[in-house]
Amino acid sequence: MQGNRLYEGQRLALKYFTVAVVLFGAQLLFGLIAAIQYLYPSFLYNTLDFSIARMVHINALVVWLLYAMIGAVYWLLPDEAGVEVVGVKLGTIGFYILTAAVAVVVLVYLFVQVGPGTEMTLWLITEGREYIEAPRWADIGIVAVVLVFLYNVYATVMKGNHTGILVVLMADLIALAGLYLAGMFYTDNISIDQFWWWWVVHLWVEATWEVYVAAVGGYILIKTLNANRQVVEMWLWIEVAMMFGSGILGLGHHYFWIGTPEYWWEIGALFSALEPVPLVGLFVHVLYDWGKERGKGNTIKNVPAFAWLTVETFGNFLGAGVWGFMHTLPQINLYTHGTQWPAAHGHLAFFGAYVAIMISAIYIGVQGKAGLKEMKMTRTGWWAISLITVGVLLMTVSLTLSAYTQTMVERGMHGATWEGYFIAQANKWFVQGMGWRLAAGLSVIAGYAALVYDLLTVTKKQPEEVYKAEEAAAQTA
Amino acid sequence: MENRPTSVWTSNRFWRRSATWVTGVAAVLLILLTFDSMGQMQMGTAEDIQNKVTKRIPSPVVINYKIDYVLDPYRGHEVPVIGGQEVDSATGKVSSKFEEKENFFGRSDWSEEEARALIHKGKLTIQAKNCMDCHTLLGNGAYYAPDLTKAWLDPAWSSEGPLQAMTGASSKEEAMAIFLQNPEKYPTHERMMPNLGITPEEAKAVVAYLKFMSAIDTNGFPRNFGKIKGAVDARK
Ligand code: HEM
Ligand code: HEM
Ligand SMILES: [Fe+2]
Repeated sequence: MQGNRLYEGQRLALKYFTVAVVLFGAQLLFGLIAAIQYLYPSFLYNTLDFSIARMVHINALVVWLLYAMIGAVYWLLPDEAGVEVVGVKLGTIGFYILTAAVAVVVLVYLFVQVGPGTEMTLWLITEGREYIEAPRWADIGIVAVVLVFLYNVYATVMKGNHTGILVVLMADLIALAGLYLAGMFYTDNISIDQFWWWWVVHLWVEATWEVYVAAVGGYILIKTLNANRQVVEMWLWIEVAMMFGSGILGLGHHYFWIGTPEYWWEIGALFSALEPVPLVGLFVHVLYDWGKERGKGNTIKNVPAFAWLTVETFGNFLGAGVWGFMHTLPQINLYTHGTQWPAAHGHLAFFGAYVAIMISAIYIGVQGKAGLKEMKMTRTGWWAISLITVGVLLMTVSLTLSAYTQTMVERGMHGATWEGYFIAQANKWFVQGMGWRLAAGLSVIAGYAALVYDLLTVTKKQPEEVYKAEEAAAQTA
Repeated sequence: MENRPTSVWTSNRFWRRSATWVTGVAAVLLILLTFDSMGQMQMGTAEDIQNKVTKRIPSPVVINYKIDYVLDPYRGHEVPVIGGQEVDSATGKVSSKFEEKENFFGRSDWSEEEARALIHKGKLTIQAKNCMDCHTLLGNGAYYAPDLTKAWLDPAWSSEGPLQAMTGASSKEEAMAIFLQNPEKYPTHERMMPNLGITPEEAKAVVAYLKFMSAIDTNGFPRNFGKIKGAVDARK
């Protein structure tokens, strides 16, 4: 197993992956605290309140996904371009700066929590805007590190091969990074505030991140199935057209009720209703390639990575496509907006679309690090993928039932008042859903423990034939 | 690298161009629409109110006026009404009269500058205390506590409501400010708001923001706010 040479860029990728997995653990832990507080509100009251637990939960989510996304790019970049990553030293310094900044931000979140109502708080403690709560100083640091990353990507591709996957990624990463700037200013006007806030949140998860996933998914298909590059890249372009074609104006589904003009009803409804189409395409594409390559008698080169990729295509379609569509029309959204509906959808969509594929990419890294030509799934690996996937599905169904109850009781029967809200929260069925959500969370956490163990040991626990084939290949070489 | 395609439908070049065009057109449309929306969403001025011009996001001086949220048959949903309502007899369209004033912390002559300063402080405090990681505002945020979009108009805070009575205050704004500073002293449910160290000035500013926010035209969200209690619990 020795003698495997990695690019420096790929070693940097492994660093990013490591931090990503740690932050994933933090995300789950704080999600668990928030879920307990729904059922036992005195838990950590006035010590680590729900708002803090939730903020750490969703910030850890966004940050670990970004780490894994940067890591996956550093992994595939030298491989695709065929040259070492340009500026990898600078990239490594950037990694350490970013990680130190993340650590400081989290410590401030946990120990300072809130500040006085002044500009200073927004600069030093928190900006108090969901998902992008990081204080302004950290925003500026993030932008600097991302600029280094973008420079590395562009300079490397200029020097090496311009594959279709890399071209899509280059264009997409610029847009992804640029959008972050839309979330970096302050205004007294809450409608305008939320208008631009959605540019970051929606145009990330429903446009630029989706295209990122299509590109990296293409790379993983080539790696795990030897899929035909020509076909993969053709699909990739089709998906880009459909994702940006629907996702960009689909932004309108967040502009129904925030002080925006009425024309967003029609625009948001039409384009966001089209958003599931490319997700079906992605799903069909992976199944098609799978069947085709298996039909030729080819083996899967990395079974866990491929298994997680299938979870992603299915989860993306179900979580973003189906659960997103369920509340995207204004006639429905009027009643579901601001209930547990977006939470049900958000969990399955983030998991299906992003968590699963990033775990897949991390398995590719694990395989590459050990230099194995083929990697099978271990028993622990199966436990991990089953416990996590079933856990998130169960959590989504539970939240959906609570969401139905809340919508009917609070919105339908009581007209959304303070009293109506609490009547719905106390409803037996609502509370049951919260209980099942907690149980499902424990399943996800158990699966996470199995996942970490598997990532650390999978290359040492392969069946004999894998190592034999490896030796045979080494001898002929 | 590209093989000769057998038809345009399997040509990478064709799809690459299509992707570029579709993305470009969608992005340009979004930018044009954004310009238009930004124009309609600018905060109004005291002059607008003087001239009885309705803005989607009104001037902060609305804190001097009585605010209501009523069904507009013309638009088909509820709309905020500032300073009394006027109904067009032909279309049923509801508009604000901008006349009926109401005291806010003992005054109804907050100048544009004073009101803007209050709103500014209020918005900063809302972000600094992270309200949106428990509550929703305009429906966005977290789901652990009630939506605050129209909290100012919530019957629970009215003079007959239980929340105002609980604090012993003699006006809605005072009751809200007292609650915000000492939420653990006024538990309404087992799930309580934490003490966020809100000062008296910050509390006043936040309440001003809530009043201002209730006057934003949200295209009828939330539906039927505070209107149907009697229908579901007629015996009370
Ligand atoms: C992978 C892609 C997606 C992810 C990760 C995602 C995630 C989310 C999250 C986390 C929220 C809640 C935001 C908040 O905290 O307020 C949300 C809201 C929403 N999503 Fe998605 N989403 C995705 C795709 C979609 C798609 C394809 C649709 C429509 C077909 C959709 C429709 C909606 C709607 C309508 C809301 C607004 C809910 C409301 O505030 O009323 N989403 N999404
Ligand atoms: C142990 C497992 C988990 C538990 C117990 C949990 C619990 C929670 C809780 C209690 C909230 C707050 C909801 C509210 O505001 O009322 C939340 C929000 C959220 N969680 Fe989780 N979570 C878990 C795993 C995950 C995973 C794996 C993901 C992503 C893949 C995720 C993504 C999110 C998102 C996006 C939100 C914001 C939702 C919104 O505002 O619509 N969570 N979670
Ligand atoms: Fe969206």
